[in-house]
Amino acid sequence: MSDRENIRSSEITDESVYLNRRNFIRAGAMAGTAAASGLIYRYLNPPPPREVTTAEIERFSEAEGPLKDELTPIEDVTNYNNYYEFTTDKRGVASLAADFKSEPWTVTVDGLVDKPRVFGIEDLLKIEQEERIYRFRCVEGWSMVIPWVGFPLKKLIDMAKPLGSAKYVAFQTFYGGSNPKGPEVDLPEPPNAMGNVFAGIPFPYVEGLRMDEAMHPLAILATGLYGKLMPPQNGAPIRLVVPWKYGFKSIKSIVRITFTDRQPPTTWSAATPSEYGFYSNVNPEVDHPRWSQATERRIGEYGRRETHMFNGYAEEVAGLYKGMDLRKNY
Amino acid sequence: MNDTQFNKVLIVVNALVPPSLLAWDWYRGNLGANPVEFVLATTGVLTLIFLLISLAVTPLRKITGRNDLIRYRRMLGLFAFFYGCAHLVTYSIFDKSLDLSGIIEDVWQRPFIALGMSALGILLPLAVTSTNGWVKRLGGKRWQKLHRLVYVAAVFGVVHFYLIQKSDFFWPIIAGIVLAALFGYRLWVKFAPKVRSEAKA
Repeated sequence: MSDRENIRSSEITDESVYLNRRNFIRAGAMAGTAAASGLIYRYLNPPPPREVTTAEIERFSEAEGPLKDELTPIEDVTNYNNYYEFTTDKRGVASLAADFKSEPWTVTVDGLVDKPRVFGIEDLLKIEQEERIYRFRCVEGWSMVIPWVGFPLKKLIDMAKPLGSAKYVAFQTFYGGSNPKGPEVDLPEPPNAMGNVFAGIPFPYVEGLRMDEAMHPLAILATGLYGKLMPPQNGAPIRLVVPWKYGFKSIKSIVRITFTDRQPPTTWSAATPSEYGFYSNVNPEVDHPRWSQATERRIGEYGRRETHMFNGYAEEVAGLYKGMDLRKNY
Repeated sequence: MNDTQFNKVLIVVNALVPPSLLAWDWYRGNLGANPVEFVLATTGVLTLIFLLISLAVTPLRKITGRNDLIRYRRMLGLFAFFYGCAHLVTYSIFDKSLDLSGIIEDVWQRPFIALGMSALGILLPLAVTSTNGWVKRLGGKRWQKLHRLVYVAAVFGVVHFYLIQKSDFFWPIIAGIVLAALFGYRLWVKFAPKVRSEAKA
């Protein structure tokens, strides 16, 4: 107290000045850190959804109603994708894949076939296109209803004329420079981030079907959705859709289809054999070792609904697996 | 308002920024195709972040010599508990429709859920006994012993985070490295001087 009395009053910083400066610093610290926190939050969150910019498909026969399921909005179908070559963040694929060039594109058909050949994507788009509305169930426990456009895989198989010894069909996804280039057209160079080193699965992505599964009328090669050419994030320009299996079987951006006499390796079961098998049929009774497969969240809904055997296509496909133990052949 | 009080307000404001933005985005329908999954992931990650920050207080205190940092630790830990609760509530309502038997079955059958629940179960008594009154009641030594359980909760939390990934383990590994560094520092402080003095002798 006595010290204070010795200081001349003119030397004392005016209280209001002192408080003002202090308040100014504090306000700055508050605003600055709050803004930084907000920016970090925003940065760690993917960009807002992108509009689909692919061209309309000129001619295809529309699916006939009435619909059993409500369609998942195109915004959700095209902004929530598992495409690990770009990123493992489902909401981030659309923007990373935006510049992906899928023209020119070739699909090599080889192996145990009578007529090995390299299809240009334009040849495949000439095949009569039809709309198929399918439920799509991801192994992660969510599902969508998607109006695909494409053609039965069987049509392509018939054109290739597989030998009697062909028992399986193997598929391969485009990945950077790792794919054999067709003799007729060069594949596009990887345009962007298609080199995700954190995916945790080996590339190129490969999948496979048993011959009778591949010939089943429900299995299609899809070239578009919602009447538009396939957006890059959904597997442009051509992908497999096998609606009674978990989504990862429906391989994207196919560059090669090979007929073989033995069960081909598939990416997820190669990465984690105890969790993913070759068949990977949707089955509510066989859980993923780490989570239940009994229910699913339909995108657009908050609660969960029951998952059905073979994703609700049991009537059509159960016959393919007669006598098989689906617990062992998961 | 003194500096400590101000810093506490600063922490509260910053800690509430992410959940506020999350709520705003949810209200505006900007959480993407699967909002529930996003809220689950965000609240879970926030729990881990605040748990790790609260575990960083002691090392930071010792390294910088700023003992006053200890004043903010309780608050940081309580925020971790708060986000953990938000995480559990989101799971219980949207994934389980508040079906208690379904939740118990999940805990029983799935290690990652059991780990997450245990971690939060451990944080509960720590949150309850975080008040000055409880420190007095238990006595400093016993209180500290009890609160060392936070190490177990943090390990469970990081393993829980690791177990829900399909194949991309980048962020769980980052969390694991940070946790290992925080543990490593403590072990080093505890044992290094001994080793040095033994070497001299």
